[in-house]
Amino acid sequence: MDFTLLRNLISRYCVGEEIWLDSRTVYIGHKEPPPGAEAYIPQRYPDNRIVSSKYTSWNFVPKNLFEQFRRIANFYFLLIFLVQLLIDTPTSPVTSGLPLFFVITVTAIKQGYEDWLRHKADDSINECPVDVVQQGKAVRTQSHKLRVGDVVVVREDETFPCDLILLSSSRHDGTCYVTTASLDGESSHKTYYAVQDTMAFRTEPEVDSLHATIECEQPQPDLYKFVGRINIYKDKEEPVARPLGAENLLLRGATLKNTQHIYAVAVYTGMETKMALNYQSKSQKRSAVEKSMNAFLVVYLCILISKAVINTILKYAWQWSPDRDEPWYNHRTENERQRHVVIRAFTDFLAFMVLFNYIIPVSMYVTVEMQKFLGSYFITWDEEMFDEELGEGALVNTSDLNEELGQVEYVFTDKTGTLTENNMEFIECCVDGNVYIPHAICNGQILSAASSIDMIDSSPGGYRREHEDLFFRALCLCHTVQVKEEETVDGIKRGIHQGRPTSFYISSSPDEVALVEGMKRLGYTYLRLKDNYMEILNKDDEIERFELLHVLNFDSVRRRMSVIVKSSSGECLLFCKGADSSIFPRVVSGKVEQVKARVEQNAVEGLRTLCVAYRKLSESEYQEACHRLNEAKLALQDREQRLAQAYDVIERDLVLLGATAVEDRLQEKAADTIESLHKAGMKVWVLTGDKMETAAATCYASKLFHRSTQILELTKKRTEEQSLHDVLFELNRTVLRQRSMSGLSVDCLDFGLIIDGATLSAVLKANQEGAGSCNYREIFLEICRNCSAVLCCRMAPLQKAQIVKLIKASKEHPITLAIGDGANDVSMILEAHVGIGIMGKEGRQAARNSDYAIPKFKHLKKMLLVHGHYYYIRIAELVQYFFYKNVCFIFPQFLYQFFCGFSQQPLYDTAYLTLYNISFTSLPILLYSLVEQHVTIDKLKRDPSLYRDVAKNSLLRWPVFMYWTCLGVFDAVIFFFGAYFLFDNTTFTSNGQLMTTNTQMMFGNWTFGTLVFTVLVFTVTIKLALDTHHWTWINHFVIWGSLLFYVIFSLLWGGIIWPFLNYQRMYYVFMQMLSSGPAWLSIMLLVTVSLLPDVIKKVLCRAMCPTATERAQTVRTAGAPEGCVAPGAADGGGGSIERNPLHPGRTCEGDSGEKKAAKNYESTMSHSHSTPPGKPKGTRGHHGRREAVVAGSRGRVDSTVLSPVPQRRERGLLSPPPGRRGDTVTARLRSASWETTGPPGRRRRRGRPAPSRPLHAPSLGRRIRLLRPGARDLRVNTSAGLW
Amino acid sequence: MVKEEQILANRPDNTAFTQQRLPAWQPILSAGIVIPGFVLIGLTFIGIGVALFVTSKSIQDMEIDYTGVETDSDCYKCTDKDVKNCVCQLDFNIPSLIEGPVFFYYGLSNYFQNYRRYGVSKDDTQLSGDLDNFKTPSDTCSPYDTDGGKPIVPCGSVANSMFNDTFKLYRHVNGTKKEVPFDGKGIAWWTDYNVKYRNPDVKPLKDAFEGTVKPLFWPKPAYDLDPADPNNNGFINQDFLVWMRRAALPDFRKLYRRISQGDYARGLPAGNYTLDIDYNYPVMSFKGKKKVVFSNVSWMGGRNEFLGIAYLVIGSLCIIMSIVMLIVYAKFKFPEED
Repeated sequence: MDFTLLRNLISRYCVGEEIWLDSRTVYIGHKEPPPGAEAYIPQRYPDNRIVSSKYTSWNFVPKNLFEQFRRIANFYFLLIFLVQLLIDTPTSPVTSGLPLFFVITVTAIKQGYEDWLRHKADDSINECPVDVVQQGKAVRTQSHKLRVGDVVVVREDETFPCDLILLSSSRHDGTCYVTTASLDGESSHKTYYAVQDTMAFRTEPEVDSLHATIECEQPQPDLYKFVGRINIYKDKEEPVARPLGAENLLLRGATLKNTQHIYAVAVYTGMETKMALNYQSKSQKRSAVEKSMNAFLVVYLCILISKAVINTILKYAWQWSPDRDEPWYNHRTENERQRHVVIRAFTDFLAFMVLFNYIIPVSMYVTVEMQKFLGSYFITWDEEMFDEELGEGALVNTSDLNEELGQVEYVFTDKTGTLTENNMEFIECCVDGNVYIPHAICNGQILSAASSIDMIDSSPGGYRREHEDLFFRALCLCHTVQVKEEETVDGIKRGIHQGRPTSFYISSSPDEVALVEGMKRLGYTYLRLKDNYMEILNKDDEIERFELLHVLNFDSVRRRMSVIVKSSSGECLLFCKGADSSIFPRVVSGKVEQVKARVEQNAVEGLRTLCVAYRKLSESEYQEACHRLNEAKLALQDREQRLAQAYDVIERDLVLLGATAVEDRLQEKAADTIESLHKAGMKVWVLTGDKMETAAATCYASKLFHRSTQILELTKKRTEEQSLHDVLFELNRTVLRQRSMSGLSVDCLDFGLIIDGATLSAVLKANQEGAGSCNYREIFLEICRNCSAVLCCRMAPLQKAQIVKLIKASKEHPITLAIGDGANDVSMILEAHVGIGIMGKEGRQAARNSDYAIPKFKHLKKMLLVHGHYYYIRIAELVQYFFYKNVCFIFPQFLYQFFCGFSQQPLYDTAYLTLYNISFTSLPILLYSLVEQHVTIDKLKRDPSLYRDVAKNSLLRWPVFMYWTCLGVFDAVIFFFGAYFLFDNTTFTSNGQLMTTNTQMMFGNWTFGTLVFTVLVFTVTIKLALDTHHWTWINHFVIWGSLLFYVIFSLLWGGIIWPFLNYQRMYYVFMQMLSSGPAWLSIMLLVTVSLLPDVIKKVLCRAMCPTATERAQTVRTAGAPEGCVAPGAADGGGGSIERNPLHPGRTCEGDSGEKKAAKNYESTMSHSHSTPPGKPKGTRGHHGRREAVVAGSRGRVDSTVLSPVPQRRERGLLSPPPGRRGDTVTARLRSASWETTGPPGRRRRRGRPAPSRPLHAPSLGRRIRLLRPGARDLRVNTSAGLW
Repeated sequence: MVKEEQILANRPDNTAFTQQRLPAWQPILSAGIVIPGFVLIGLTFIGIGVALFVTSKSIQDMEIDYTGVETDSDCYKCTDKDVKNCVCQLDFNIPSLIEGPVFFYYGLSNYFQNYRRYGVSKDDTQLSGDLDNFKTPSDTCSPYDTDGGKPIVPCGSVANSMFNDTFKLYRHVNGTKKEVPFDGKGIAWWTDYNVKYRNPDVKPLKDAFEGTVKPLFWPKPAYDLDPADPNNNGFINQDFLVWMRRAALPDFRKLYRRISQGDYARGLPAGNYTLDIDYNYPVMSFKGKKKVVFSNVSWMGGRNEFLGIAYLVIGSLCIIMSIVMLIVYAKFKFPEED
């Protein structure tokens, strides 16, 4: 590593000129060009080593020190230390040097450890094997040994070790497929092209025979730009020059797909690869707590400076009279006398600064850092967040944001793979309006195919028969699925196929796999792609072979893909499948209406639908298409654009065959999680690329929208009818009106907004253009603010980040959290305050870029409500306590200056000054900040509304900060004046200095300071003990232990004449003090007095306006079961409101309003159906679906008879558990797994009208009594009516 | 199988600590605990306070200023800087017996023994008898480290400014003045006398001070402080030790002598007394005051009404607060009463 650096330096400074050449020449295989060509100038390039570590063993100490002293706090203490060294100051440099050394060392150890981990990671990357072609053979070497000009062999599923120019591939057309997911987040396959002159090379010797140079630009970070030229030298001919573009350049970090192997030559290596150039350390996210911490610090810095200034001024004012300036017993030295008064004053100012500098808690930084570092282990240790299936638990990528998890106000979640499992299951297909359902519902497993054909329609007519055959064949052919024979050890693939050693399908898109598997269950098995022939096992166990002519790849703009195949009968067919919106406009015939209806119906149910169409190509048409495609593929410029044009021309005049429906099941407990987040006061936004209907259905299923939610739509459809302006204003009016009308029952009205990507960009764009006076963005935000849930559909990855940014920048500056699993969520994860990745099926991209990674969406609940909450209260106490204890510490010293002639006399001994923050008071607060649980875990999980208590940084607001500071000042005053009156003989006619009975000895100034210090240590420690709500044995050990440590230390410190000290002022001071009765009495008194106000405040607040947290705490102590009325309410307190402590945050879903709202939604969502779909049919359940399917399998029923209604399957995901919701806590918790408790129908019958339940809204501190009049009955009636 | 092993390896430890489920005591500062607690604390404090107050009241304490600011004072003549070896007399009357043992203090006010520069101006190593530091005193002692090239021993401002008024007390018995015996032993800290301050191991002590000069302000060198008692000389002179323990606040008293011998073991009887003062210590230049104090002590030390009053006040405050909380308790139904 050091050599690299060195070499870099050398190359920069010694060969400096070359670096600035605007192009580089790469000699392929390091072969010199033939004579006659340009002179061979060997250029130096870095090797292929990747260095992400910051330090080496050489530069660790200086570099780390430099980095650390760049931090303002450390620098401050360094300054203080230097001042102490340079001028005559009241305290020795040790007092600030030792803590500084401690802080620096601890941080250095932590950073060193982290860097060591990085070194290890680098090494594993640098040492991974790579095959290089040398002398006609592939030689295995290590990645870091690669040099520019090496010819590399890369095999399928390997990542490219550096930036390469593709020479040839195992595919005959010289292309290869690549995913660049780890670079730009696009997981789709991209095609790269070999140079025509080299694409024929097949073997190593052939490749080795190549004699060519590549001229290309110097490395630059743009991933999509590359300009170069390859000069191929053939025997005695002029070199052939071919242009090279980005389509020839394989980037490091990308993965080879669907291609057996490629040969390529390295052009950029190591830190010059585009990936490395693009690699920036993630922008440092700072938590809100850290921001308030810094604000508080500034306040304290001001206090410090003003203290020093005040004291300096007072000192000179006080010294104005000569009898005080220099009394005879305290003469100055000559030096001092000669010094100019200004210099003297400045030195005094610095001395005061040094004296009071401890008010800035230096050790706070190291404690906070340790707290975050150690505390984050509780997340990784958490067994509840461990996923059996994945074999992994939660991951913490940055511990800096732990407390931010407790501050989240907006949650932005991806849908597919995050809310849903991304485990696609083929549900049905529909050919010309006839529905086919495979008989077995098997979760991604392939059943033995032979006996499983189970079609509802068994006797189709000729025309239908033909379409049916075409449809199934289309689905078997139109895909990019591959068949894998062997079992590979890869988590993702294993997930699809539960470890059976048979063949299985793999594809980048789980939908395709689901479709092909669905076809298999319906009797058409895709066998393999062999020699460009696709083989299908049809219903009659015959193998059909189709020649694959062209694949028109999927892209997200077209939203469809096609294949052109030639059947055995020589017919050319184009099969196209894609999103309904991209297929229907291209369809010329087919039963469009029926299919459309079916598609919409399925979409409303939350299924992912695809439409299938075909087109017969005549020979001439095929030739033309072929020509177009080849031309576009070979184009050197604008290849993408030309291909798109060609596709557009070819994919038209289609005949609609039918549609498919694939279900993506909701993740376990997703609904419960979202509900909890809602109750915790968070706003949940779903950002998805899916279409509106599907997304909306998922939102209902996951309880993002409730039945009572009034849906506002801001979609393209609407803006086409009205202008954006009008729609926005109308929605805004609705929201405002409702809010003003709702009055008391403010919680009951919630709005849900649906917006699509197109409208969103219109809203944002209008703003950019500064559309007159009306600021759309503001109005949009205003609407959003009043919506409890927002669904953004049809979003591009970048738009997701835009939305997050928009909310982040809104005027409240809320804390945002983004959660997603796919590469398309990375931008949003990076943008949000807290980014959470789900270790999903779409690779680790999101997890790697996130701040925290969790296995499942449901773990978010514990992550936020428990861990986040804990971290927040812990760190809030930590921060406040640190400031408090340092005020207590330093303020007496400030007061003492008034009694010692402003001479900077320290009150405490050096040892006490030094060790106060390091050892006497540091461990208890560190432990508190690691293990405190003000409320039990169970209670936090059960009652999400407790989260509201800490929302908006509530424990670190200015009033709270002021309270702590005032408390600190109060305590300091008590300490000082308590001791003062005890020692003073003027105010009270006391006996002068404290005196002991038996020896009658006088106490001096160090005893005074020690008395104050003892009271101080006891007070701040007991104050923390009073704040501790969770006393484990460790707490007892640390709190009492640290007090004991103080006493033992003091005894030791004063008990020995320390040979290394040149002063012995503390000798026996502590013992003498303890031998005096009044000292004991005054310590007791002063500690009590100091703690009194805080205790009284706590008790009174708890009594008069208890927060939800405090109530929850009380319930625990009382141990009273729910609803237990306490005996002896002797006070008969006016208007005693029956509270249900377990349901403080209940919202009123389920009153009659929900019926209306649901209807409302129906009318917006369903346009052509007789049955209102998407209506949460609380009475039908998963079992209904099973039954329907089983029935279907017994007797084949004609689908025309089966009207949609009875055949409607109810998806478990769609139906909230009916009836009993909210009756008991357990019922709510069980919501996702309610099917275990029996058929919902029965439950409904059992359901009784909910008892009228008093509710109150804890966040508003208002108690509202709301009744739910027979909500259950109403719902039953509603459902019955719908049936 | 591999997968299971992996799961096992990744699975977090299921211990009470890692799962944050350590058994814990979870106290709440609720009114139910705090109100009785306050009453208890209040009563205890009032009890202690009464005891302290009564004890403190029983302590007798007599303070006489002898600075000589007023012209009618006998010590007025000594305030003139030019007067050397001035002796003044102070007559006073003790109305009732001051029970013994009686302590005799001198007091200074407006005297900042806690100036920082003053405080550090001493050499602890020298004072612990290190002969090296006799020759080269620590530079912390400046400006009292050397005088005319010779090192000052003991060096520094603190030692230099040692209080040097001396007192003799006479009791008028039947018209004659009878000297009251003073006991000057053990008035300093035992550890200061025996451990911290050491004379060099040189006999006679005077030899150790060879080549050094006495502090500028001192009339006699350190080895000659108490001609009567050779063990009370040098750095372990009791008066020196008392002086060297710096007072915390600008108005302070320091113990001068005890009166516990002979006829006075039971205290100072009522009557007329005369105090002969060798007035040497200048305080007028910084507007200081000098006092003498006669006082006795009790089990809780010297007279200090503050502690007793404070205990009484805080105790009653606790009681009042518990009543207030009880009222609040009555008004707002406490949560635990749900």
